[in-house]
Amino acid sequence: MRKLSWFNTVTLSLGFAFLYLPILILIIFSFNESKLVTVWSGFSVKWYGELFKNEAFLEAAWVTLRVGIISSTLATVLGTMAAFVLVRAGKFLGRTLFSGMIYAPLVMPEVITGLSLLLLFISIGVDRGLMTIILAHATFSMCYVCVVVSSRMSQFDESLDEAALDLGCTRLDAFFSVTLPIIAPAVISGWLLSFTLSLDDLVIASFTAGPSATTLPMQIFSSVKLGVSPEINALSTILIGLVTLGVISASLSTKRVKTRKNLH
Amino acid sequence: MQMNWPRKLLIGIPFLWLLALFLVPFLIILKISLSDPVLAIPPYSPRLDLSNGFEGIITFFSELDFENYIFLSEDSLYWKAYISSIKISAIATFFTLMIGFPLAYAMSNASENWRTPLLMLIILPFWTSFLIRIYSWMGILSNTGLINQLLLWMGVISEPIIILNTNTAVYIGIVYTYLPFMVLPIYATLDRLDGSLLEAAQDLGCTRFSAFWLVTLRLAKPGIAAGCFLVFIPVIGEFVIPSLLGGSRTLMIGKVLWDEFFANRDWPIASAVAVFLLLILLIPIVLFQRNEEKQREHER
Repeated sequence: MRKLSWFNTVTLSLGFAFLYLPILILIIFSFNESKLVTVWSGFSVKWYGELFKNEAFLEAAWVTLRVGIISSTLATVLGTMAAFVLVRAGKFLGRTLFSGMIYAPLVMPEVITGLSLLLLFISIGVDRGLMTIILAHATFSMCYVCVVVSSRMSQFDESLDEAALDLGCTRLDAFFSVTLPIIAPAVISGWLLSFTLSLDDLVIASFTAGPSATTLPMQIFSSVKLGVSPEINALSTILIGLVTLGVISASLSTKRVKTRKNLH
Repeated sequence: MQMNWPRKLLIGIPFLWLLALFLVPFLIILKISLSDPVLAIPPYSPRLDLSNGFEGIITFFSELDFENYIFLSEDSLYWKAYISSIKISAIATFFTLMIGFPLAYAMSNASENWRTPLLMLIILPFWTSFLIRIYSWMGILSNTGLINQLLLWMGVISEPIIILNTNTAVYIGIVYTYLPFMVLPIYATLDRLDGSLLEAAQDLGCTRFSAFWLVTLRLAKPGIAAGCFLVFIPVIGEFVIPSLLGGSRTLMIGKVLWDEFFANRDWPIASAVAVFLLLILLIPIVLFQRNEEKQREHER
């Protein structure tokens, strides 16, 4: 085993300090008594109380939650189907176009995706609101799901599927009892990825939301434009806490699945 | 395999979805970028009128023109915005590489037990909101922020230096949020690197430094290229960072497009800006894909 040289130790400490100090400072100042975010005047949780009294934030959080759950579920179904098409369907008319449409949204600047979807919704006369944000998020998230699921699918043995078919399963049976359990970790992480992408998106939501719906990032953005506020620090701390909890429990559960597999 | 209906459905549903919500919207942008702005809802003309049949289609096409693109090329604001976006993105990519490479290198040299947690720590910020990570710097960089407080207290400066709302703040924001995109692909290539190659180079008389230069850096090149593209391409169209950390003099095309659309309500110009932005991005995107393919072939 190689020992870390002092150079590497210093690099790692500085690098991770750079990545985590700003977030740490943000969390610390969410517990600050004073309205001034940068001057410490004493411990207090009053900004959390203020936050839960703020109707606009609560409303926006509810919108975001609904958009996130529905759009990532849609994206997971569509993305898994698309992964099947890419890995298993072989040749068909328009395959190049199909894979192009899967990979292009991954590198497309958000401002262009947002603008193009907005212009579509307007030209076909759809009222903008919750529904249009869901459609927009499902569309770009399904591409991420497809990439995650297809990389898992291309690793697993197709003959397992064929064996199930030979033993009398229908295609649908074979999918639910053989394929799905194998690709399940990828499908779940695809869903989680879609959910965080949806939770995080400001630009595309701003274009497709219209006046009737405001998501949490939109609400945060409009208040942050006016400057730093302790309420936003409190909200950020809650969001960071939730995400950290989610990531840790997800990684623990995959670890448990792995150890269980090793025991068998 | 014959074309049975479950297969048709399996291909058809995601295919049609992407056609309707990705390709068609893009064609609409292209079309509106060739239209004229008018004071109406929606604020552009001509609109396709199918009630007049074939004649309607002909008048529709005859009214499309390149006026907006000519306007783009004549107004120096747009040129400057495109060029300044590319410049900011290139400089920021350079800084991200200068910080990201040593970090990836140190990670790949850490012991086995340390590597997984370190990797987790690099990925974790990915999952936290982009907006929040940018916001966290606003409190640090502002005139009354922590950096200025620290420098004033140490007596290095006598009055606050302005960092927030300058290009410096934009660079810091980009390096901070895009660092994982640089570290991960470089780490992936360094991790695969065969340690015995370095020993061989040293046995053959290389100094540690020249072995690093000749072996490590050369073999890490695809990862470095991938990391640079992953930062450079999306940063060109970045909107959140310049609008929160940048000032009135920070010119980036993503922000110009946003203002053109939301503030000026000039949809045809906004569409033309978008189409031209995509044309610029096409070159690095093609280069990026080629780099990825080469790497994939190499792995086989």
